Amino acid sequence: MPVIETKNLTYTYPGGTKPSISDVSIKIKKGEFALITGPSGCGKTTLCRCFNGLIPHFYQGELKGEIKVTGLNILENPIYEMAKHVGLVFQNPENQLFALSVEKDVAFGLENLGVPREEIRKRVNWTLNLTGIYDLRERAPHELSGGQQQRVAIASILAMQPEVMVLDEPTSFLDPLSAKKIFKVIYELNKKLGITVVLVEHRLDLTARYADHIIVMDDGKVVLDGEPREILSSEEARLIGIGIPKATRLYHILKKDGVKLSNTVPLSSDEMANLLKEALKVHD
Amino acid sequence: MIEVEDVYFRYPNGVEALKGVSLTIKNGEFVAIMGQNGAGKTTLVKHFNGLLKPTKGRVLVDEAETTKVSVATLARKVGFVFQNPDHQLFCETAEEEIAFALKNFGFKETIIKRRVQWALNLLGLTQYKKISPFMLSGGERKRVALASVLAWNPKILILDEPTIGQDYQQKEKLRQFILQMKTQRKTVIIVTHDVEFVAECNPRVVLMREGKIVADGEAKEILTNEEVLTQASIVPPQIAQIFMQMPSLQLPKNIIDVYEAREILLKMLRSDAK
Ligand SMILES: Nc1ncnc2c1ncn2[C@@H]1O[C@H](COP(=O)(O)OP(=O)(O)O)[C@@H](O)[C@H]1O
Ligand SMILES: Nc1ncnc2c1ncn2[C@@H]1O[C@H](COP(=O)(O)OP(=O)(O)O)[C@@H](O)[C@H]1O
Ligand SMILES: [Mg+2]
Ligand SMILES: [Mg+2]
Repeated sequence: MPVIETKNLTYTYPGGTKPSISDVSIKIKKGEFALITGPSGCGKTTLCRCFNGLIPHFYQGELKGEIKVTGLNILENPIYEMAKHVGLVFQNPENQLFALSVEKDVAFGLENLGVPREEIRKRVNWTLNLTGIYDLRERAPHELSGGQQQRVAIASILAMQPEVMVLDEPTSFLDPLSAKKIFKVIYELNKKLGITVVLVEHRLDLTARYADHIIVMDDGKVVLDGEPREILSSEEARLIGIGIPKATRLYHILKKDGVKLSNTVPLSSDEMANLLKEALKVHD
Repeated sequence: MIEVEDVYFRYPNGVEALKGVSLTIKNGEFVAIMGQNGAGKTTLVKHFNGLLKPTKGRVLVDEAETTKVSVATLARKVGFVFQNPDHQLFCETAEEEIAFALKNFGFKETIIKRRVQWALNLLGLTQYKKISPFMLSGGERKRVALASVLAWNPKILILDEPTIGQDYQQKEKLRQFILQMKTQRKTVIIVTHDVEFVAECNPRVVLMREGKIVADGEAKEILTNEEVLTQASIVPPQIAQIFMQMPSLQLPKNIIDVYEAREILLKMLRSDAK
């Protein structure tokens, strides 16, 4: 059974002249690592807001179609109920943090769930370490840099270990090495704990390798939906102008030139280097 | 021209964000300042338009020390687009936002109209001209902020993290736009950690770490130097990574472009087949 399922989901913000998402029908399976991408303004954030009920309960406006997340109908369940199952990391971390200290912010969700004190402490320390902000735990979130705030927002969600984690461009302010480490942490939790991950990202060079499933949106609609190696090889993806990883691009360019390379499309530099080594019979 | 002479900067809370930075940026240069979070990149570029003044050392813009010219004079010359557009936007509509600075600089009404239209069009914002910037998505807001600076046609343009939240096509437009500015002999300085974007633009790269410059040179050279990149928390571009993983082939080291990589690999693969 899918963890997230929408049928013809269409939503217009209050006062909006046209829907920000229209006719979105997708299924995301339990334990999947799903990547949502597409031009900015295409409705990715809007769709994420539907996954935890911010739309329609907070934003109001007009929602049509069906949506079920972790088996629950969004329309019938208030935000606080959905929050037990779905953690959302906002695109803009400033909007998410409010407590007086990083530690309190990370503990907040757990306290709300009534998790025992000792367990809260354990989980908060665990996630502060995972995201590399243990040393910042007594600082006020609003005094931190954008990148540090993003780490706090991610830590708050990780601490909850929800069934579904929705991350909306969660590392945009982080430098590449830090972003790479965070994505790896998210991937490991996805594999180890079976948490379903929905990640909105433009930087496919850093993230495509982790995805089981890619959804490409354009102008409020889902235009491509399927297996990453297939989607990122398609002409449509190139035309919409999503950031196809350079390793994947190089593979297709060489193939077009008639070079014989194995049929598994690479999504990362490691995969591409291995294909080339195979073709050139080198052992590095 | 911007000259930075052994600049130190300390924030009121005691953080020493710049520790002896020296740098010269000539007219018409295109420079990317890269480095880990907190390295001091934003602090450095805020010295270029006089928003911050050195605690020690000097910054000169066109030979005038920034402590000795008014902020308004500097602002006219040096356009600055902030990392977070929300710190810059405050008008009711995108159109008013763009007109605001032009009015302040005393442009004539007819010119203002023309410049606003030009800037909206350039950044694909015409459809949003009557909409409040706060109703727009993050990427769209960022473009409004850029449009409002471009409108007054500054000689030096500073973009702090311009690619954050931008999709591939917008980045491509941004790249085209920067190249266009270059042909007009404008100086463009971007602060960024978007390696793939820099690899495609091929600017001069200045790498910072903990308040100091640790490398300065052509993108090709810097972005393929794994040692200094790691120090600055930057990951090499994918093409460079692929080449780094095949050391025994002794491929040229400074390749960051897909098509250059293709030429080299085709030669190897074809001679191998013979
Ligand atoms: N709070 C809001 N109120 C009204 N319109 C909005 C709001 N947030 C986003 N929109 C509009 O909805 C469309 C989709 O935006 P968004 O979901 O943020 O796109 P993305 O995340 O893909 O960049 C855009 O045209 C945007 O202007
Ligand atoms: N307004 C401020 N007050 C105090 N410290 C600051 C302020 N802005 C930045 N800093 C500190 O100065 C250092 C450099 O910051 P910044 O120039 O923003 O780095 P970057 O742009 O490279 O990420 C960091 O340690 C940061 O925490
Ligand atoms: Mg968004
Ligand atoms: Mg900065």
